[in-house]
Amino acid sequence: MKSPAKAAIAGFAALAVVGALAGCSADSASSADGRVELRVATFPPGADAAAYEAFESQEAQFEEEHPDIDVIGVEYEWEGPTFAAQLAGGSLPDVFTVPFTDSKTLLENGQLTDVTAEVEELGYTDAFNPIILAEVQDADGNIYGFPRQAYAMGLHYNRALFEAAGLDPDSPPTTWDEVREAAKAISDATGKAGFMEMSTNNTGGWQLTAATVARGGSTQEENGDGTYTSTIANEATKAQLQFLHDLRWEDDSLGDNYLLDWGSINQEFAAGNIGMYSSGSDVYTALVRDFGLSPDDYGLTVLPTENGGGTLGGGDIAVVSPTVDDATKAAAVQWIDWYYMQKLLDEDAAVLDAKTLADSGQAVGTPVLPVLDRETYEQSLTWIAPYVNVPLDQMAPFTEHIFEQTPVGEPKGSTQEIYALLDPLVQAVLTDENADIDALVEQADVDAQAILDQG
Amino acid sequence: MTMTDEAPPDEAAVPEEASPPRAPRTPRRGIRSWIRGGGLSTLVFLLPMLFVFGVFSWSPIVQSVIMSLQVTNLLDPPEWVGLDNYVAVLNDPLLGKAVLNTLYFAALALLFGFPLPLFMAVLMSEVRRGKGFYSALAYLPVVVPPVVAVLLWKFFYAGGENGVFNTVLGWVGIPPQPWLQDAATAMPSLVIEATWAAAGGAIIIYLAALLGVPPELYDAAEVDGAGIWKKVWHVTLPQLRGILFIMLILQVIATAQVFLEPYLFTGGGPNNATITVLLLIYKYAFQNSLGGDYGEATALSVMLAVVLALFSWLYFKLTDRWSTS
Repeated sequence: MKSPAKAAIAGFAALAVVGALAGCSADSASSADGRVELRVATFPPGADAAAYEAFESQEAQFEEEHPDIDVIGVEYEWEGPTFAAQLAGGSLPDVFTVPFTDSKTLLENGQLTDVTAEVEELGYTDAFNPIILAEVQDADGNIYGFPRQAYAMGLHYNRALFEAAGLDPDSPPTTWDEVREAAKAISDATGKAGFMEMSTNNTGGWQLTAATVARGGSTQEENGDGTYTSTIANEATKAQLQFLHDLRWEDDSLGDNYLLDWGSINQEFAAGNIGMYSSGSDVYTALVRDFGLSPDDYGLTVLPTENGGGTLGGGDIAVVSPTVDDATKAAAVQWIDWYYMQKLLDEDAAVLDAKTLADSGQAVGTPVLPVLDRETYEQSLTWIAPYVNVPLDQMAPFTEHIFEQTPVGEPKGSTQEIYALLDPLVQAVLTDENADIDALVEQADVDAQAILDQG
Repeated sequence: MTMTDEAPPDEAAVPEEASPPRAPRTPRRGIRSWIRGGGLSTLVFLLPMLFVFGVFSWSPIVQSVIMSLQVTNLLDPPEWVGLDNYVAVLNDPLLGKAVLNTLYFAALALLFGFPLPLFMAVLMSEVRRGKGFYSALAYLPVVVPPVVAVLLWKFFYAGGENGVFNTVLGWVGIPPQPWLQDAATAMPSLVIEATWAAAGGAIIIYLAALLGVPPELYDAAEVDGAGIWKKVWHVTLPQLRGILFIMLILQVIATAQVFLEPYLFTGGGPNNATITVLLLIYKYAFQNSLGGDYGEATALSVMLAVVLALFSWLYFKLTDRWSTS
């Protein structure tokens, strides 16, 4: 190709291809028929076909009631990195859910949409549990999302392993000492991990904080003027670290993988390799749907409390992407109200939702905490009672005692950063027999205060 | 060849007063002769590449440098903060740990990973039959997707008596090792996997380089009574010196940027024993503050890039001097 003309054609053709590749991301919020296109988070990648079947039915039901909105389900799983990349790339779903812990950070970063007017128009601002509503409000009381589900920390246990160890699965442990005894019994009898604790991707800090709260301590105090004081070097945190250390090094009842996070501990539990672990009470659906746990093996009880301790709670909120236009925002609020909220408030919606999920083999009745008031929650349970398909009797130790425990919100100052800072503490006691617990918590306390002082 | 300041003989032969005044050549030739000489085609051929490099390589680099001086939430206009991000990163107690860990990884990787492929390549070059089979076998790990390889090795490294490696150790009476579950053994475990994953590529390069060693040199060495090790020491290694230097710098740059192994195997644990500079960058950008610390992440990236650039410059300076001595 010697001639300049041919060379020019080749060059510009190459440029055109590159230009086309670079510019093919143009998108529109309206479909060809004038309906508002609404991209909503559905299920994490890997959910089974039945979950999609259930969602398709719900999508059709919604579109019948709202013919001007075209709902498009988008696979989605909340993860900090995914969120940041999707936000930067402009590819977030219009509606998605965020855990309480992260909602505060996003809210402070200005990365959530203000929906105060919309929530007030729907008329149920006052119906929310005020502790839970506070999780999605800024200092001026503006609301940045709909709290759609709340949970308390629970102790999940494998009934089959309990039986194999000669323990009664209907009488799970009620104190930390009993947890230790049961863990040792399971480990001795089956060779599996009697108890296990998450320790990576900030989940170690999350669970250490939960146990600290259960043992009557706290890792952080709010000063009331927007500043926080770290209290990591407290007796409850030390007691939990000592508990983990003793289970690992004296009893050898923690198995042999000490670098687990939310996903991997669920996987190990569902595979029958863990006797007990602590996590949110709402994890049953994920365990069965995404990790293949046999429902017969599942048991749930409350996390033991001592010294006036309470139960760390959490949950997630449905939010609207900060980049949508007004029409999409209005459609998004209608979807959130219909998909997440009405089943908590309205009998017909609750029954329709439960029936649709049950028909597709999805879990109905997983124990949660009320995001609205407790009467409304208990009322909604009676509406869906005929469709409940989770083994409620195996969760009775939890549901019968959870309202006796004091709910405690997660620490608010730099939550995830402090959780990240606490991960190595959990890892240290699990992997180093000579770990100096006092020195570890003192150092973490200093480091956490530095983070809190930065704001 | 020895380079000197002496002028080439043909120019030196021309009497000084007769030589035309020196001037840049291109302007004198004029745009027409440049076009006639194929300049336009060259430029047109170059344009797509310049465009692709500009858009996909250089613009992100420039943007990173700009971002390292800003705070952004990816929605509102970024705010300039000067060198604050650099100060914050340099004051982070984890940075020292991450740098030391990265150096430790690099040192272990040089210890295990650098000589091993050379050794394997020399052995394989001595094999008379089935050379292709051994080459394919050695290269196989490179073909395995890195994430799959890590998941596979996680299975090998499983603790307790049931892990694959621990079972094998059990056959010879060695008790189970904690592998990834102990601060002391975690990093060497990562290096072993990384060496396994990367050795195949290096072996192929060394095998190709070994083909370029003149057989007469070996013959001469044999005549002088050299055994295999003397041949390797006195013939092979000096002949491969150039390629060994290149592989060394590539390995140092690659190990300084180690991320995949600590991220997937241990997440930086246990107790920060495997946190590396790149993993720290990732944590700044994505894990701690949900994107709030892009500035700090890019600041650390820029510092790492500067250190590696300095290292490369130093390397070229040194090797330049060696090659002329």
